[in-house]
Amino acid sequence: MIDLEFAINTISLGSLYALLALGLVFVYGILKLVNFAYGEYIMIAGYAMYVLGGFGYIPWYVTMIAAVLFAALVSYTTELVAFRPVRTKSMTAMLVTSFAVSIFLQNLVLIPVSPRARAVKFPAIFSHTLTVAGATVPVRNVLIIGTTVLLLAGLTLLMKKTVLGIAMRAAADKFTTTRLMGVPANLVISATFIISGFLAGVVSVFWVSRSASVDPLTGSMPLLIAFIATVLGGMHSLQGAVIGGFVYGLLFNVLSITLPVSMISYRDAIMFVIVILFLLFRPEGIWRKGYTEERVG
Amino acid sequence: MLTVADLYASYGAIRAVRDISLEVNEGELVALLGVNGAGKSTTLKAISGVLRPIQGSVRFLGEEIGNRKPEAIVKRGISLVPEGREIFGGLTVEENLRLGAFSSFDRGRYKADLEEMFALFPILKERFHQAGGLLSGGEQQMLAIARALMSHPKLLMLDEPSLGLSPAMTDQIFELIVALKERGTTILLVEQNAERALEIVDRAYLLATGSLEFAGTPEEMKRKVDLTSVYLGGDEDEPCEVHL
Repeated sequence: MIDLEFAINTISLGSLYALLALGLVFVYGILKLVNFAYGEYIMIAGYAMYVLGGFGYIPWYVTMIAAVLFAALVSYTTELVAFRPVRTKSMTAMLVTSFAVSIFLQNLVLIPVSPRARAVKFPAIFSHTLTVAGATVPVRNVLIIGTTVLLLAGLTLLMKKTVLGIAMRAAADKFTTTRLMGVPANLVISATFIISGFLAGVVSVFWVSRSASVDPLTGSMPLLIAFIATVLGGMHSLQGAVIGGFVYGLLFNVLSITLPVSMISYRDAIMFVIVILFLLFRPEGIWRKGYTEERVG
Repeated sequence: MLTVADLYASYGAIRAVRDISLEVNEGELVALLGVNGAGKSTTLKAISGVLRPIQGSVRFLGEEIGNRKPEAIVKRGISLVPEGREIFGGLTVEENLRLGAFSSFDRGRYKADLEEMFALFPILKERFHQAGGLLSGGEQQMLAIARALMSHPKLLMLDEPSLGLSPAMTDQIFELIVALKERGTTILLVEQNAERALEIVDRAYLLATGSLEFAGTPEEMKRKVDLTSVYLGGDEDEPCEVHL
């Protein structure tokens, strides 16, 4: 039953990457900013779990929820303190600010905690395996899929059925016109940063659980994956980000099992070649915008 | 109702308006005329808060709004139908209208407002669940106007509503503007089609190269301004001929 195992693990990896990419694209859609501090929200949530877990008496699920909320709070705070003051300035200023926030957050844990990795406690269930129809899969992978399904359903409801969601979709399309409807710019932007941070927090729980440790550079790899996934899927829509995440997960797992052992260290290089091919031949990603602005006639 | 005094604003570095003063009284239909690049849209953008005036004042219902954000100005009752319609293409007609009502949402009133829009624009009822981007140009213009009306504006500003529309559709839009005025809506209309606009407005302002050239009733304007020269001739020094 290697096929079912492969399918479940690939969907699980794809789910995690889809959430990752989604968090990056939420902010990109509205501000057209690739937030390089995004990986740091993941790292910070990891440290939140490390600190709370260190007390010993806090239940693991409380620790995780608190870490997710903390990531959302940190994301919101960076918007308020760092991004908002330079928002009306140039795009370059925003980009440089995101690098500054990233370096600042890394040093925020590096100096008072340690540059070395810290162990994060996870409940035993995270490392158990489960047998589904003869296939043996880690419980964690099933949890990732379940969490992703719930989150995607929730976000779809938010974006389609609530006024805030409609306003966020409108703002991603035409920001100034959205303000002319009376939608406050700050409300929409804060909301996207909170959602982005929330997704980073959820990703962090699963990402950090793989090695059960966190260090100041924990965020750099997920940021890279999120960026590549959005290039594959398409930066201009939330659907594109989700598709990109799953495609990345699939490519990665296919390469992992098809490459001979001697070639496995070239896996990342091959991923980058694929990205370069995409940038050359389909820079808009897999998912193009599904509508035209105005019908002719 | 709206008093603009000595307004200076610029859009980027080039398109600018200088020393604009104008007034719109309650219940009036006023036109802002001029060629492309005369500063009409820039003026509307400054009033609606999209552009911050460099100098001068914009007063609405006795309150200075020159430094307010666009979202705050809509709340006070000025709604702009932007140039090029600016429909949210990925959103349905329903969602476009829902956002139009954002600034003054009232659950009880919302349903009735929708019915009113359907009465004014029956096509919107038909297309209610379709994406705004799939509508034709004329339908999009109707949606843009309906969207602006959903906020119950005290002053409705229309920026080139006939631009790019077929003659039949243009007629329909002009009839609609008259109907809206008769319903009691105060309207500031920006139009390139001066002849058509002068047929329906109470008063008009003429802008050329960023400053006010003339203000008066349509009759005065037709008598004293050579509109053909405004739109067809005119050199740098003498952008239009005004015979006073």
